[in-house]
Amino acid sequence: MFLIHCPYCNEEREQEEFSPAGEAFIARPVEPEGISDEAWADYVFYRTNHKGYHWEQWVHSNGCRKYFMVERSTITHEILKVAAFGADISE
Amino acid sequence: MRVEQLTSNQIDRSKPLTFIFNNKKYKGFEGDTLASALIANDALLFARSFKYGRKRGLIAAGVEEPNALVSLEMGGRYTPNLKATEIPLYDGLSAKSATNPNSFDLRAFIKPLHRFMPAGFYYKTFIKQAVWAKVEDSLRALSGFSEAPTEEDVDVYDHVHHHAEILIIGGGVAGMSAALEVLKSSDNERVILVDERSRLGGEIFNEFSSDEQSLKWFEEAVADLCGFAKEQRDRFMMLTRATAFAWHDQNYVEVLETHATGESLSSDGSQVRKTLHKIRAKEVILATGAHERPMLFEANDLTNIMLSQSVRRYLNEFGVVSGKKVVVYGNNDSIYQTAKDLHSSRIACTVIDVRSAEPLNTHAEKLKQSGVKVLQGYAIVKAYGSDKVEGIDIALATHQGTSWEIIGDSESLSCDLLVTSGGFNPVVHLDCHTGAKATFDETSQAFLPEKERANRQTCGAVSGVGAWQDTIIDGKNKAQLTLQSLGVVSETNGADLSENHANYFNVSEFFTPKSIINRPKVFLDLQNDVTTLDVALSIREGYRSIEHIKRYTAMGFGTDQGKTGNINGIAVAATILGKTMAEVGTTTFRPAYTGVDFGALAGRENGGLFDPQRFTTIHDSHVAKGAEFEIVGQWYRPWYYPKAGEDMHQAVHRECLAARTSLGMMDASTLGKIDVQGPDAREFLSRVYTNAWMKLAPGSCRYGLMCNEKGMIIDDGVSTCIRENHFIMTTTTGGAASVYSTLEMWLQTEWSHLDVHLNSVTDHYSTVAVVGPNARNLMKLLCQDVDFDRENFKFMQWREGAVCGVKARIMRISFSGELAYEINVEANYGRYIWDQVATVGEKYSITPYGTESMHVLRAEKGYIIVGQDTDGSMTPADVNMNWIVANNKPFSFIGQRSLSIAALSAENRFQLIGLLTKDAALVLPEGAHIVDRGGKSIGYVTSSYFSPILGRSIAMAQMQGGLSKIGETTIVKIVQEKQGLKEIPCEVSSSVFYDINGERVNGND
Repeated sequence: MFLIHCPYCNEEREQEEFSPAGEAFIARPVEPEGISDEAWADYVFYRTNHKGYHWEQWVHSNGCRKYFMVERSTITHEILKVAAFGADISE
Repeated sequence: MRVEQLTSNQIDRSKPLTFIFNNKKYKGFEGDTLASALIANDALLFARSFKYGRKRGLIAAGVEEPNALVSLEMGGRYTPNLKATEIPLYDGLSAKSATNPNSFDLRAFIKPLHRFMPAGFYYKTFIKQAVWAKVEDSLRALSGFSEAPTEEDVDVYDHVHHHAEILIIGGGVAGMSAALEVLKSSDNERVILVDERSRLGGEIFNEFSSDEQSLKWFEEAVADLCGFAKEQRDRFMMLTRATAFAWHDQNYVEVLETHATGESLSSDGSQVRKTLHKIRAKEVILATGAHERPMLFEANDLTNIMLSQSVRRYLNEFGVVSGKKVVVYGNNDSIYQTAKDLHSSRIACTVIDVRSAEPLNTHAEKLKQSGVKVLQGYAIVKAYGSDKVEGIDIALATHQGTSWEIIGDSESLSCDLLVTSGGFNPVVHLDCHTGAKATFDETSQAFLPEKERANRQTCGAVSGVGAWQDTIIDGKNKAQLTLQSLGVVSETNGADLSENHANYFNVSEFFTPKSIINRPKVFLDLQNDVTTLDVALSIREGYRSIEHIKRYTAMGFGTDQGKTGNINGIAVAATILGKTMAEVGTTTFRPAYTGVDFGALAGRENGGLFDPQRFTTIHDSHVAKGAEFEIVGQWYRPWYYPKAGEDMHQAVHRECLAARTSLGMMDASTLGKIDVQGPDAREFLSRVYTNAWMKLAPGSCRYGLMCNEKGMIIDDGVSTCIRENHFIMTTTTGGAASVYSTLEMWLQTEWSHLDVHLNSVTDHYSTVAVVGPNARNLMKLLCQDVDFDRENFKFMQWREGAVCGVKARIMRISFSGELAYEINVEANYGRYIWDQVATVGEKYSITPYGTESMHVLRAEKGYIIVGQDTDGSMTPADVNMNWIVANNKPFSFIGQRSLSIAALSAENRFQLIGLLTKDAALVLPEGAHIVDRGGKSIGYVTSSYFSPILGRSIAMAQMQGGLSKIGETTIVKIVQEKQGLKEIPCEVSSSVFYDINGERVNGND
């Protein structure tokens, strides 16, 4: 039950306004028919389940309905960064 | 009994109250708790213990009490399992023990069987289901808890959200001091102070008799805090009888405030019984104090063996004591203070200090000088008595190296109240809720909270500060650090604590010699009857982690959550394992810290406010027609429309036949509708549906099947091409929200380059379906500007026109297989159109039908319902719908790649088939299993109805390799009333039962 800063609303809101939407940067293979079953299964099913900070997707489901990315610790729930899709997250 | 008035007493002797406990009438005073009033009346027996049926009384004065569980009041105000120590007395109170201590108790017979009921007894005995089933009811009755309420709670509970800069948990000396400091040193910061007791002050009342300064400080502090609460109410809130029971991430704390326990409130809902405060604080100051733990010896659970500080509290705060000849026993200096207080009230007492007389103890010497007998270096090995403690056996104790030993013979001492103190457990529970680990401190022999945590300070006894003067300083210091963290002050000017600030936290090591551990009936957890022998047994059986030992013995599983006993249990485990306390560690503390009423958690969100209710604009017409409703995805949908005397079966029969033979009508407004617009709308639909969309012309509709990336069906519905770049997609009623959210995800995360915009328009339109052979005839009467000729307005097309003067989109689509039109109008015209259709349709005996008939009609045609005939593991091929999968689209649609995985075309996959019972009248129950010759399940029934038009039962089912078994006979096992399990022979058939060639959608004119 933490607070999330929505990059679109530009406000810090209660977690209950948001829904998690899985690990970030899971890109859909460009040519699904051209890859092996294993590679496809990796995209569909396998996630790193990282312990510590990782990037994940959230949606402001009871707000602006926008999806965005969050860098959160899976241990402490501390959020380091939030970013809209397409934003530069390298800094 | 009551002693004479002490200055520290917080009861008002001018306000007597009467109350009833276990059907007997008693008297108490305003300011008493139920527990203190019962001590005053010498009613000391509270409970029978859970496992052995032993008689139990109070041991504590607060939230940590394990024995004195009571139920309060009756009927709609009945509340089970409250602690008598936490119920402020009110006039007319009526309470009952959770387990009647005076009644005949089966377990009294079990008593001699102690050694047969060790840890794991129930588990080992009842692992065989057959035995458990026979005794479950009678054992559950002995659970040690009050009966569950049987009536609906008549009271109202509230939820309130707060945002504050500083939340202070605990209103004892530390919390009060911290609150005063932050209020005095800041101007705008919002401050909340909460305390679980009904008055501020914590343990300060125990200090009044020995130090006048404490009384002076307390009175001023209370006056100041009340002043702030009154004058700066916009930034300071002070709550008593308010327990912080859960601490979540980022300082989100839940506090349950009790306005009244059993006291009468008006039942019109204007008075709230409890408020659940949801507080989001920037900084938290934890001032939760400490709970005392008892000393261990044989039969330490006898009635009137109590905790030392609790006895002091009863004496000082309430002026009550439960004995005349007291033994005070412990391993720290608090026992001398207790003895001194008792002695001052002219109650005879003897002190037994397990620590030796060397080095010289000034507290002991002072007490000896005032005439109190003090035995140093002695331990109690055993207590005895029948109803309550009558005496003890003591022996010499020495501390050698790291362990205690008992030496020499024991001698007896008589007493009627035994008071013990084995040290103090800081209340670190809340701090640990968010993952902090308490660490064992050798000096104070206590688990202390982590020193440094972001946006949190601890002060007072929870951090090992015992002396009240130092607690004030500690509170101030931590308040300043908090203000510094907030940026309110730049520098702090903290004062140093005195040398003796730890005070009672200076205790000797845990008194757990093997000669005590190995005795019977040395109880660790009084509520769950866990003894030292249980811990020893669990270790012998191979459990090493304290988490496992806890679960195997059930130590700390009661409503008290082991607040007094758990740390002793850890010490016993450490001794047996030969480990240090730090190595053994604590168990995990989780919310809730104390019991929380379901009513408080629900708040106002019950009854009609439990879930949002959605109604179509046509709802009132359905009500007027006498419809029965079912809730589908929050929508109230007409289920069927019974006429006078009709049951559901009869109504559905009539409705179905009307739609098949003449004309039916249905409110289809609840279907999810998503408006899809943009140059790439077509491309988008092609990607999310399995079939082709590029060539669908404006004026046409198309059915689509939607899969997830795993290739499993998640939704279906008809989408309409309004114009080149504009579609309206319909989804299942229940799936509307999740489909919309999934589509948005694809657009926002993967396909942001697609120029498509989605909007949920479910509520924007009302939809009236006109269904049956006479549908075209009726539509011609309702709408003149559309050509309804069968060749010019084909199946799966739509036209725009004025229906009864209202602009409408008319779709010729069908979920019944009959000739049908769906009239879509702006939502607010829904009722008008419905009523017009009903009136004009009288000519064809138009019959409204509900979801049940809709299900029958679609099942006759073998149309699936996603979520009923599919379960998230069905591919298009599994439901025999490969005809709708277009594998040659340029973009690999969602799920396409998965469908090519070999396992998804295995022959023995569950496939959708039809079942025709040999007995045409028998309707299979949905969920019944299809079995093979060996009796093994090979499938199950997903939809099953009696088809009026076919005059027989029909069922759809998932069956392993079912599509290759069509024509064969199989067996469905069902349970029939009085006849038990029955095997029903059925023919496996196509799932299309009626109008197999699909001719009826064109009508018969």
